[in-house]
Amino acid sequence: MRTKIIEINGLTKRYGDFTAVENLSLTIEKGEIFGLLGPNGAGKTTTILMLMGLTEPSAGNVTVCGLDPVRMPIEAKKRVGYLPEDIGFYEDLTGLENLRYIAKLNGIPADKADEKARQLLQRIGLAEQMDKKTGKYSRGMLQRLGLADVLIKDPEVIILDEPTLGIDPAGIKEFMELIVRLSREDNITVLFSSHHLHQVQQVCDRVGIFVNGRLLAHGDIRTLAKQLFSGNVFSVEAKVASVNSDFKGSGSGSSPTENLTEEFKKIEGVENVTWNETNVNIACNRDVTTEIARIIVNSGAGLCSINKKEYGLDDIYYRYFEGGNKDE
Amino acid sequence: MNEPIIQNTIWRKKETAVKLRNIISFFKTGPEKRNRRKSIANPFWVMVLKEVGDHVRSWRVLILIGIIALTCISSMYVALSGMSDIAKPGSSEDVFFFLKLFTLSDGSLPSYFVFIGFLGPLLGISLGFDTVNSEQNRGTLSRILAQPIPRDYMINSKFLAALIVISVMFFTLSFLVIGTGLIALGIPPTPEEFMRVILYTLLSIVYVAFWLNLSVYFSVRFKQPATSALAGIAVWLFFTVFYPLIVNIVTKALQPSEYAPVQAMYIFQKFKFILIQIMPNELYSQATSTLLMPTVRNLGPLTMDQIQGAIPGPLSLGQSLLLVWPQVTGLVALTFLCFILTYLAFMRREIRSR
Repeated sequence: MRTKIIEINGLTKRYGDFTAVENLSLTIEKGEIFGLLGPNGAGKTTTILMLMGLTEPSAGNVTVCGLDPVRMPIEAKKRVGYLPEDIGFYEDLTGLENLRYIAKLNGIPADKADEKARQLLQRIGLAEQMDKKTGKYSRGMLQRLGLADVLIKDPEVIILDEPTLGIDPAGIKEFMELIVRLSREDNITVLFSSHHLHQVQQVCDRVGIFVNGRLLAHGDIRTLAKQLFSGNVFSVEAKVASVNSDFKGSGSGSSPTENLTEEFKKIEGVENVTWNETNVNIACNRDVTTEIARIIVNSGAGLCSINKKEYGLDDIYYRYFEGGNKDE
Repeated sequence: MNEPIIQNTIWRKKETAVKLRNIISFFKTGPEKRNRRKSIANPFWVMVLKEVGDHVRSWRVLILIGIIALTCISSMYVALSGMSDIAKPGSSEDVFFFLKLFTLSDGSLPSYFVFIGFLGPLLGISLGFDTVNSEQNRGTLSRILAQPIPRDYMINSKFLAALIVISVMFFTLSFLVIGTGLIALGIPPTPEEFMRVILYTLLSIVYVAFWLNLSVYFSVRFKQPATSALAGIAVWLFFTVFYPLIVNIVTKALQPSEYAPVQAMYIFQKFKFILIQIMPNELYSQATSTLLMPTVRNLGPLTMDQIQGAIPGPLSLGQSLLLVWPQVTGLVALTFLCFILTYLAFMRREIRSR
């Protein structure tokens, strides 16, 4: 049984009449990579600020590593690293100096701070640029330095707020891989927020979907899909050449499409069949592509194309956002 | 006859400028190098050292040092050239010969202490106006506050760092004036004069600390550094230009007739005095003039009864201090008030990244 490292209970934050985060409850286990997914302004950053004790919750409570960040901010901050959105460094200091400064603020002795900063810069691949002023760093380099900045205190948890903002696609992939690698190596729990589905999908163990201040669903991607599409995780789309040609099926009098539909429904796991002229869409809870292909071919209707579709985060995301908007 | 003296002093200035540069280069090596000897440093002092380093390396402080140094040189020039007229042997004035360096003016330029009183607020405001909001705008504030340090370290360390810079600057200037005077006049200051100069310098630091605190407050309050600088300057202008005007209008309306009883006159004068004393710059100028001019015997209104029987003559240091004690207390209280306001505004606020 894994230990819980972040526990959020009934967390609410209001700004006047506006509720930024509403009754959020969530637990994150040790060593997990958790993605907080939501559109801009959904309340992700506010949640993170409350986790760091940088703003006070209006109601509810948070424990991080067993500590309340509002009451014991210093102890909590020793264990939690935070990479803010749109991070900034002291531009007239070099990357190494910036890191050393943060290390010393964490109570690391000066000589050790230097050694550690150099080591980390090596690990994140900034060793060559460490004596350059951070004012001259590119966005991706700043983000990497930010990661080093977070890791220098040997945290148990790191919280990254929109860490991939403003990096090019290649850089994003590299950066996410870096996060995963570092997290796995040191068994660090990672919580990060993003509005980019694909990055979240690639690296996260679990995902929480956040819309308008509410956590609509959480769990791993498959569970989410199951919750949402009532078990129909797959759908198969097929295009049939000619449904009007001679049909050797058993049925007499009924149209070929109806016959095909009946055949499809005999397959275990198929739940719904919808036709759109020559296109057929079959919703199912397991992979039945081969069976469907065989039926169509056997029926003599002629198979033009068949396409298996697995519900990804994209669909989940849009479906949830639609749902979220309907409630308003 | 004065020419060689002046040249001499200017040459000395050069020498001290070299020394100043040495001090600056000491700071320029950065806190890291000097700190390496200590195995573990308190995060607070790490922050203070970094801030002091930032100040010393910044153009802003260099420009301010330039302005203050020019002020110092020009008022010294005026004071020294007027000195020969003042120093008549046998007069009671020459008892505090040295303090004249700080207070003497021929009318073309204000004296040193008036100059400092005028530039002090500028110094405080310009060192403090972007304390917190620049960190916020650079995106470093939330990063630093995510470290395991109490939140007030942020403002405390910045305040202390600016105060250290100001203190070093003021003490340097005061000692430079004393040193120049020593060379130009050829008389050493008496211990009392020396103590008065030290107290004056300390008071100036407190005065600048007030303006520094006020501008730190504005830097927490306003997101744009320009706005907060403007707010600071607005307060300064209000107190130096408009407030005395307002007091004038108010008191004129309330002025009792010439034939009013003494009691009414006295109360009116007292009221006027209190109104004026709300101004921090007035508190400072009253306190400094008392400290630097021992002949100042009282600050508020007095009745004839109180003056009767008083022997005109300089006050002792203890008596002068006693006289300015309320003013000093007022200044310190105002400084604390600004600090409390800053705390209230900063400690519980939400820290967004940018």
